[in-house]
Amino acid sequence: MAKISNLTPAQRRTRRGIYTLGIFTLLASFPFIFLAKDSADVTYGFVLRDEWVLINEWIINSKTAAIIFISLAAISTIASYLFFLKGKKVGTFSFIGAFSLLMAFLSWAAKGSFIPLTGVFQGALLLAVPLIFGAMAGVICERSGVINIAIEGQLLAAAFAAGVVASLTQSTTWGLIVAPFAGALISLILATFAIKYQIDQVILGFVINVLVIGLTGFLYKKLLIPYQDTWNSGPILSPIEIPLLSKLPIIGPVLFKQTIIVYLMYLAVGLTHYYLFKTRWGLRTRAVGEHPTAADSVGIKVNALRFRNVILAGAVAGLGGAYFTVGAVGMFGKEMTAGKGFIALAALIFGRWSPKGAVAAALLFGFADNLQVVLSIIGTAIPSEFLLMVPYIATIIAVSGFVGKVRAPAADGIPYTRGSH
Amino acid sequence: MSVELRGITKSFGSLVANDAIDLKVEAGKIHAILGENGAGKSTLMNILFGLLQPDSGEILIDGERIQVNEPSDALSAGIGMVHQHFMLIPVFTVAENIVLGHEKIRGVGTLDLRDARTQIMEIAKRFNFEIDPDALIEDLPVGVQQRVEIIKALFFNAKIIILDEPSAVLTPQETDELLNVMRELKKQGKSIIFITHKLREVQEVADEITIIRRGKVVGKAEPTATQEELASMMVGRPVDLEVAKKPFTPGAVILKISDLKVTDNRGRPLVSDINFDVRAGEILAVAGVQGNGQTELARAILNLEPHIYGSISIDGNEIVGKTVNESLESGIAFVPESRELDGLISSFSIAENLILDTFHSAPISKSGILDLERIRSNAEEYTKQFDVRLQSISDPASSLSGGNKQKVVLARELTRPVKLLVASQPTRGLDVGSIEFVHERILAERDAGRAVLLFSNELDEVMALADRIAVMYHGSIIDIVAPSVTRNELGLLMAGVKGKSA
Repeated sequence: MAKISNLTPAQRRTRRGIYTLGIFTLLASFPFIFLAKDSADVTYGFVLRDEWVLINEWIINSKTAAIIFISLAAISTIASYLFFLKGKKVGTFSFIGAFSLLMAFLSWAAKGSFIPLTGVFQGALLLAVPLIFGAMAGVICERSGVINIAIEGQLLAAAFAAGVVASLTQSTTWGLIVAPFAGALISLILATFAIKYQIDQVILGFVINVLVIGLTGFLYKKLLIPYQDTWNSGPILSPIEIPLLSKLPIIGPVLFKQTIIVYLMYLAVGLTHYYLFKTRWGLRTRAVGEHPTAADSVGIKVNALRFRNVILAGAVAGLGGAYFTVGAVGMFGKEMTAGKGFIALAALIFGRWSPKGAVAAALLFGFADNLQVVLSIIGTAIPSEFLLMVPYIATIIAVSGFVGKVRAPAADGIPYTRGSH
Repeated sequence: MSVELRGITKSFGSLVANDAIDLKVEAGKIHAILGENGAGKSTLMNILFGLLQPDSGEILIDGERIQVNEPSDALSAGIGMVHQHFMLIPVFTVAENIVLGHEKIRGVGTLDLRDARTQIMEIAKRFNFEIDPDALIEDLPVGVQQRVEIIKALFFNAKIIILDEPSAVLTPQETDELLNVMRELKKQGKSIIFITHKLREVQEVADEITIIRRGKVVGKAEPTATQEELASMMVGRPVDLEVAKKPFTPGAVILKISDLKVTDNRGRPLVSDINFDVRAGEILAVAGVQGNGQTELARAILNLEPHIYGSISIDGNEIVGKTVNESLESGIAFVPESRELDGLISSFSIAENLILDTFHSAPISKSGILDLERIRSNAEEYTKQFDVRLQSISDPASSLSGGNKQKVVLARELTRPVKLLVASQPTRGLDVGSIEFVHERILAERDAGRAVLLFSNELDEVMALADRIAVMYHGSIIDIVAPSVTRNELGLLMAGVKGKSA
């Protein structure tokens, strides 16, 4: 007799994800609780500057904190399993579970130190900015049926363009204006070859990334280093405080004391969600991504719409690219996007091709990324190479499992030619 | 509204799919276009609907010439089309599918479905359809999906509706309902172009019949023409629709299936409670509407399904739990549903395709090395024996016509020492000549004392060939009946109604 198995591949993947979370929870409990010989107090700070105070500090024994967070992860695992059995979505629990594990890790690694948690969150959001823009670009592209591996290239090209223009004009505004165009230009290559010439989209995206890395690297060496004063010393955007909102305890300084790029990001996420699911453009976009022949048969110009959407996606990614230079450090650095485009792609898949899910995933990745920064600053016993792995391990845990029920758009990556159904 | 096509010619490479076709469809009439698969019916309709551009020729609506470059041109000219493969997006609702391309918006581009819902309900009411505008397409049965397509055409205000092989996916009862809908549409003044190769349906509803063969109009026929007359025009030579069959002399039980259950990956049953046997010298035909578990049952016998429970034995040998190879070696010949996907490897040569199941052992290979000379002579012998029309045995299988592809599959499967032939839709998409060949071959197997399990969606084929007919419905065999059963009784069984017919 064949063995009994009751699940679709997607459900089996979800279940595997829950098991993965459970196993990681169990594994984490050893170093952080059972094998943790010494414990010390860890202090979490909740006040950054002048916002209203809800809670000032939370001092807790590192082991107790680890127990609390590991328990939270265990509860999330169980809850997600129960929800899974009932056929409900488990995304929220996977988010809480993964977040708790990261907090347990932080509590253990930062024993005896002071951690300004609000600052950690603020940093996490900032690190998530290019991821979120990148993921939105991915959503727009892939929902219309074109795979976008070139997010990395779009980010990098826009970071370069924004940096150089801001430096030449000494104006962050010009940098911000030029970035979407740079992203769109990279998209133009993607769209032309993927839609018009029907090149394999995965290979094409990869080639575009290599092209952008090479090109920006070359210009950096030949232009930006020798003439740094004029070409690579741009101004940086300053944060804009939103009255009242920025005074809210904890979330105020995290969400509402940011640069214009972050506010543009909120707008991008909201608009992407609304337009994708509530408007004519969204209906048509999803139609050409799911069943282009059907869209064509009712008079929708499939390839033209895909072309426009790929360009639009490039522009959105471009804003994320601007963050690297005018939004953060001002200067362009060689390969400064450092694989963020690929993490954005992972966030897109983890978020199941939905804008909301992608944002949650990107925030989680941003938080993991920031932990590594924070821990290397306060100095722990863990070798920095291992710390650098944290965001990627978090990515793997997330992506290996929780890509559940919702599948990719049916025609994602398949070029459309009339009469070839 | 009347539509006229004049001198439509369209070639794909060296193949002339439409050769100077003239066609006139009168307003308020049902005009059937009859032709075999590959005769060029779909190409012609795709040209009329703007999905393909003709090399030459013109389209006239009510005597006025129109240019149809895009489907949107056809739609605005009042031409709607219900495609054979539905143009519906499974993850969208009925209303979303219907408005797609003609959406109403307000404000910043926000979809406004309110009017569409009312309008859909109105159209549905006019034709007595039950439809929920907010149901997801993927949750609806095929018959209902087809209605959504018809509503879509009406929603776009189509005055001419093209129905492309609409009955292919329907039960006989659903087909009857469809024919009624077509009559109702006609009554309300719509012109209908009805593409089909099913003679009975044409006789029932058509007002005018145009017959197309090899891309050309070969003539018109009256709806009063007999099936034989229509078939001969379609094929181009006299056709005998009767199959000559020798008397039924069953032997020992060859295939015995007891309590068979096949589930999908989620554990939901695809096939359940199957009990029957097939004797030597018998053809058991499995009839049913497409998608009622026939595919899975056929695949289960070959152990191609991952979750099989119960027992299947060939000549007393249990094969459940064995490998596909072991099932084949127990004496099964298998003609799969899709010759292009499962029957052949299109890019392999004809000679290679003929050894797909014997390459691993002598005499085709020795110590893991193929005997190329043997493969060549093997191929020459078999293609001759099965009358495969080909250029060279080293041409890829994809170069063959549908009928010749099927002959290659049959040649490979039937030249092994087999006890049971499992044939799934063996004549689907074949021309009449090839159908005759396949039918003769299946009967020859039966007369040679082999057991035959035939899966077919063509009722005529089932009734002509079978010694007994098993009807599948929702994954189970609802009844096994004698071939003397009437079409109507069989239709009821296929729709799941089990009455006094047994």
